[in-house]
Parts: sequence; C-alpha cells; structure tokens
Amino acid sequence: MNIVTTTLDWFADPTHWEGPNGIPIRLFEHISLSAASMLIAVLIALPVGFLIGHTGRGVRFAVGLANLGRAVPTLAAITIVLPLTSALDPQNGFRVYPTVIAMVLLAAPPILVNAYTGISQVDRDLVEAARGMGMKELQLLTGVEIPLSLAVVLAGIRSASVQVIATATLGAIFGFGGLGRFLVDGIANQDSGEIYGGVVLVGALALSSEGVFALLQRLLTSPGLQRVAAPGRVEISSNEAGAAAQ
Amino acid sequence: MELRHVTKRYEAGAKGTPGAVNDLSLSVPAGKICVLVGPSGCGKTTTLKMVNRLIEPTSGDILIDGRAVLEEEVTTLRRRIGYVIQQTGLFPHLTIGDNVAVVPRLLGWPKERQRQRRDELLALVGLEPGAYRDRYPAQLSGGERQRVGVARALAADPPVMLMDEPFGAVDPIVRERLQNEFLRLQEELAKTILFVTHDIDEAIKMGDLVAVMQLGGMLAQFGPPDEILAHPASDFVARFVGADRALKRLSLNRVGELPLEPAVTVTPGDDTELARERVRSAPFPYLLVVDADRRPLGWLPADRIAAQGHIDPSLAISMSPLLDRETTLKDALSMMLDADVQTGIVVDRDGRVQGLLTVEAIGVALRPESNPAVLAPSAAAAAS
Amino acid sequence: MDVDWGWITDHLGALAERTGQHLYLAGIAVAIGFAISFLLAIAAIRRRVVYPPIAAVAGLVYTIPSLALFAALVSITGISIVTAEVPLILYTFVILIRNIVAGFDSVSPDVIEAADGMGYTRNQRLLRVELPLAIPLIVAGLRVASVSTIGLVTITGTLGDRFGGLGFFIFEGISRDFTTEMLFGAVPSILLALVIDLLFTRVQAAATPWTRRRAVLTPEGSEVPV
Repeated sequence: MNIVTTTLDWFADPTHWEGPNGIPIRLFEHISLSAASMLIAVLIALPVGFLIGHTGRGVRFAVGLANLGRAVPTLAAITIVLPLTSALDPQNGFRVYPTVIAMVLLAAPPILVNAYTGISQVDRDLVEAARGMGMKELQLLTGVEIPLSLAVVLAGIRSASVQVIATATLGAIFGFGGLGRFLVDGIANQDSGEIYGGVVLVGALALSSEGVFALLQRLLTSPGLQRVAAPGRVEISSNEAGAAAQ
Repeated sequence: MELRHVTKRYEAGAKGTPGAVNDLSLSVPAGKICVLVGPSGCGKTTTLKMVNRLIEPTSGDILIDGRAVLEEEVTTLRRRIGYVIQQTGLFPHLTIGDNVAVVPRLLGWPKERQRQRRDELLALVGLEPGAYRDRYPAQLSGGERQRVGVARALAADPPVMLMDEPFGAVDPIVRERLQNEFLRLQEELAKTILFVTHDIDEAIKMGDLVAVMQLGGMLAQFGPPDEILAHPASDFVARFVGADRALKRLSLNRVGELPLEPAVTVTPGDDTELARERVRSAPFPYLLVVDADRRPLGWLPADRIAAQGHIDPSLAISMSPLLDRETTLKDALSMMLDADVQTGIVVDRDGRVQGLLTVEAIGVALRPESNPAVLAPSAAAAAS
Repeated sequence: MDVDWGWITDHLGALAERTGQHLYLAGIAVAIGFAISFLLAIAAIRRRVVYPPIAAVAGLVYTIPSLALFAALVSITGISIVTAEVPLILYTFVILIRNIVAGFDSVSPDVIEAADGMGYTRNQRLLRVELPLAIPLIVAGLRVASVSTIGLVTITGTLGDRFGGLGFFIFEGISRDFTTEMLFGAVPSILLALVIDLLFTRVQAAATPWTRRRAVLTPEGSEVPV
C-alpha cells in the first residue's frame, strides 16, 4: 500500500470522524488553541512593536527579547511551563496552558520584530511631513505609519501563525489535544494512515491560514502601495526567515 | 514673520545632526517670499523647522503675526502653517485628493467643504480634479507630485508657508516651469513664505528678500536679491553668489525697467523722400519698417532706400528679436547675441513697437554704480 | 514541585553525553543543509527560473510539523539516523536557501556593474565580490538555522532513546511522569540554544564589522524578491 491510499483509507474510515478523538473535535481544539495563542501574542507584541518603532526607544530591549524568544526550543518551553501550571491549576493547567504559553513565546518575537521594523522603515520624510502638517502622535501612528507598514506587520503575523499551527502539535507529546494527537498516537500505534492524515490536516490548516492572511493583506493594503515602486514607498525587504516549525 | 535672536545649538560630537543656528534675526513682511540660501550644513533647514517647531530653538523668539510660536499648541500652530518639502512627502497610501485634504480633515472640516477645497486646489495648481483626485502619488510624474505638494500645503489657506527645497527633486526644465507657475500663483495668494534652497539662482529668482547663511548658522547678508548681487557684504557672499553675479543680475531686471530708445519707423508705401529725411535723425543708419498697426516687419538700411518712389517692404532685411517689457535682461541679451544684432525691438502685448533696447544700454544699466533702486523698484520696495 | 537533586547529580555524566549527541545531530544537519542550500542558491542566482519552485517547496515544508515529518519517515526509513537527520536538514535548508539568495540579491547592481566593468569573470565576481557582500545575511541565516536545529533535535527524542540529545530526558521524564528528569532535559537544551545564539552574535559582528553599533533586527516572512 502506498502513502496516498493509506492516507485516503484513514480519512475514509467513518470512525475517525466521530467522538472526542474524531477529526472535527481535534481540528476545533487545534484551531482554538492556535487562535487563542495568536490573539494573546498579537495583543502583547503589536503595541510594543509599534511603540518601539514609533519612538525608536527600546530597540536593544526588543532585539534581546526577540532573540531570546526565538532561541528557546518550544518543546523545552512547554516542559518548563508544565510543572508550574499544573501546580497552580491541577485540573486545566495540565490540559492547555503550557502549550498556549509556549505558542505565545513562539509567536510574539516575529510579530514584535516585524511591527517594529515596519514602522521604523517608514520614510522619515513622510513622518516629518505628517508632523509638519500638525498630526498628533497617535494620528501619525494610525494614519500614516501603520498603513504604510501594514505589509511588513502582516507578514510577521502570517509567519507566526503558520509556525504556531505547525508547532502546536507538540502539545500532544504531553497528552494535550489538537491535531498533534494523530501524530503522537500514530507513532505509538505504528499507524501510518493516522500519521499521514495528521500531516495532511496540519498542512491544510497552515496553508489556509496563509491564504487568509494573503487575502487580508490585499484587502487592507492601500492600492497606492500596490503599484510599482515610487519615491517614499516602504521597501519590503527580503530577510531571514523565521525559526522553522518545531 | 519675525525671528529674533534665534539660536539652536547641538551637542558637540553628535553625528548626523542638522546645522546649528547662531543668533539669527530676520523679518519677512506679510505677502513676501524670503529665501534662505547657503551651503549645506549652514542651518537653513534648521531655521525653517524651528518656525513650525519640528525643531525647538535653544533660545530666541519666533513670531508669526505678532504671536510667539513657542507659546502656541504645537499641532494647532502647524495646521495653520503650510509645509512643502523636497521629496513632496505625499502619503503613498492616500489618493491625491485625500493627500490634499489631510489638513482640512485634521481640522475637522465638513466632508463637503473638504471635497470642494480639494478640487479647487487641484485646479489652482493646474491639475484637472476629475483626472487626478482618485489617483495615487506613484502614478504621477515628479513635477505633478510637486504641484500636489504645493496644493496640500495651501489646503487650509494658511497665511504662512514654509518651503524646503520644494522644487529640488525635479529636472531643470520642470523646475523652471514650476517656479514660474508658483510665482504667478503667489501674485494672487500673497502668502508670507520662508523658502529654503541651496541654489543661488533659485534664491535670486524666487526671493523678494534673500538671506544668505554661512556655516555655523550665521546670517551673512540679508536683503533684496539685486542688492546682494550688486553689493555682496563679504567675500563669503561674493564667492557664494558666484563670479557671474553681474550676469545673474540680468535675470533680475526686466526690459521695461530700462529707458528705451525711440524707434525710427516707416510704413510701406511711405514716400522715400520722407524716409531719407527720417534716417538722418536716427541714431543709426536703419529704419524700422512697420505695418499700419505699428507691428515691425524688418530693418531697412539707409543705402537701400530708393531715390524716389515709395517704401518697398521686400527690401527690408533681418529682423531683430522681439522683446516685451516683461522679458528679463538676461533673455533679451541672449536673444540679441543669438540673432547677432545689437538691438532688440520692444513690443507691447499686441506686437506694436514701443521702442528699442541696445546691448549698450544693458551694459550701462549693469555698471555697479548704477542705483539698484532704479533698476529694481519692486525689490527695493520689499526691503523698505 | 519537587526537584530530585540527588538524581541530578547521579546523571551529570549522562547529561554530558547527551549534550554531545545533541551537538552532533545538530552539527550534521546544519553542515549538510548549508552545503545543499549553498549549491542550490548558486544555481538559483545563475538561472532565475530555478528559484520559484525551490521557494515554493521550501514554503510548503515550512507548514509541516517536525513531529509529523519524523513520524512519517519512520514508516519509510525505520528508526535510523536518516530518519532523524532528513527533517533536520530540510528545515535548515528552508531557512538557509532564502537567506543565501537574499544575501546575493542584497548586492547592489552598481557594485556588480562596477565589477563587470573592471573585467571580472563571472566566477571571479561571484567569489570575490558577491560572496563577501552576501556574507552578513548568510551568517544571519546560519544563526537562525543553528538555533532552530538545536530546538528541533529535542524532538528527535520521539524516535527513541538513540536520538533526542537533551530531548531524551524530556521524553523519558514524560513516560516516567518524573518532573525532575523533564526539567533536566529542558533547562540545558534552552541554555544550549542561547549559548549557540550568543556565539553567532559574535560571529555576526566579526563578519560584518561595518554594521557594528547598529542593532540587527530582521523581519520575518517577507517574500524574497524573485
């Protein structure tokens, strides 16, 4: 039997679509866990990134924090958080918190770094023109700096989101739910169909998130920025990719 | 607008800081353009930015309309000062219309009034509102963007404008056109303008008053452009305005400001007897042949006038260049040199002969001892 | 929570051994991943058409969880060093290929024109002009790849006790429900990642003397211009 038929057979089995270990429940768990982690990470990292980018203060702090967050292996992060949360809240602490906290740690650095970089790359002449016309700092940030850096800011969230979706599977090693269950259980049961099925589901989810963000970026970016380069345009420079999914 | 003992110091050794300014005092009369000119790092842009407080002065006062800018709320102050910068500073994510309406929107004008004003301004700077308002800056040429920059600065009809090398980012031909258009606009609008450039030619052309600054943020000379060209106050100013300052003065003065020589004319069909009599009284042995409406047709040399009969216009030879009273002396001289003649014909709007201008008359006017007030009454009035 | 210090002191030897294994697994992956990425990047620089498919595959790999790759490979290559290394190499490749290409792309066209104008051959230009100028971004990529591989090695522990480096303690700790052992794997693996990261900041500074004193922050996920 080859990979394709094994995978299709697994998806075709109706028992895999039912009950607490069924595909719909696991998918829902995975999506809600990823979404909650992303929401927390965005709420923390975006304002901090905007602030650092706007004021130019605290760049060293941001660099240090971002590199630290990038470096910490996610599996180790979950392991460290686990005893703490299960001591604090034995019932739920063992179920979701460690994965969420590790995912926030994983997602925050790219969001923060891109928010900071995006804002600080906005042409200084434009910022000065805006100030010279009498914009207040908040008007400047929301009316000029954020719209102009949107592509870079969204790229950070998009990249973080894919990483979170792929990496949240690690929670299953510790007995948590989500799509990682199929991978861990598949290994334990030596069930290739289950492993491949899990891979397909996670991959599909990650690609959908890419698609959603690509669409979002197109909808939110001003048509004035989608034309060929012009003076004063924010350069969206290519740079190193993020830490690979773990 | 008045600057009193304005000083801006920067910490020694700090890199990348703009030029400092040292005890600068100058005043710009309402409705006039004052150009700050000097080498880079002389503090001219710093001076400009202190007026709208993008840079806070270390000491001194800046007054607009008698009110100290330092005592005003900074965003309120900036919204009533038009600001044009070199790279235009147009927001690439906003349409041309929205760019122009930035300040009205900040001021909370009703939508309808914003729309009206936007279209009015686009038309004012020569951009057809219907064709331009929904486009984005990236779709415009450099010259068009500069016009939008000017329109945006004018949006809330500010009495005062700050212009930082506003025509610096376009090629010389477009720059020339934008300068002329802006001067025409200024005749109607009569804004009080502080204008920064590093280009002495632009300073001379645009300024009612020119402030030459030198390194260290010191004012080297302040006065009408002709005075700066005719009587540089120091070696620095003389070097900065250039060895060709006498020639530069030519572009300041117009044909109408010089006394013209009368033209001795004949009309086709005139009796040659009469013509010969007239040529004797003329300063040179030529008669200007004009038509019935006194429009010039050509020169008739004395030795070609027939012994008798009537004037035949086909005998007339090469025309001199036609000048009008608004032609600058520089252009007039250039046209005469091009045509290889000593004399230009000054005509009025309908092309009727007013008089003659000779190369020699231009030379006389340019002698240093000639009074600049006679030459350039408008500039002299501005200084008083 | 209680930490069993006695157990820890008894296992310091095993810790050293597992750290060595961790670095060994990561080192092989980064070395092979770098070699492949570098050759493919050069090919992509030479022939632009090669790059879009490579970038697309790299983007796809990026969405596959490492756990899944390790697991899926078991059914093909069994429990072996190949199963452990192939995913590690793949992720290294995903990171490095983008950075190496971006590094070469960052060389200004003026510089390239100047080099051509002075009569460099294509290979000379690549080796003596473009490569030195691309090094900052290449080293930045190596840093991210190395640190991320250190993290990924912990997950190879899922393949059993011959793998996992420091991650071995985490997996064994989970199966024995023994918190001390889990932390015994987690804390050193974090420290190891931070030490490697720190080492690379030094290398980065040495490789790019002209950017010293400027904070280096690089945005993520931006498209590499093709």
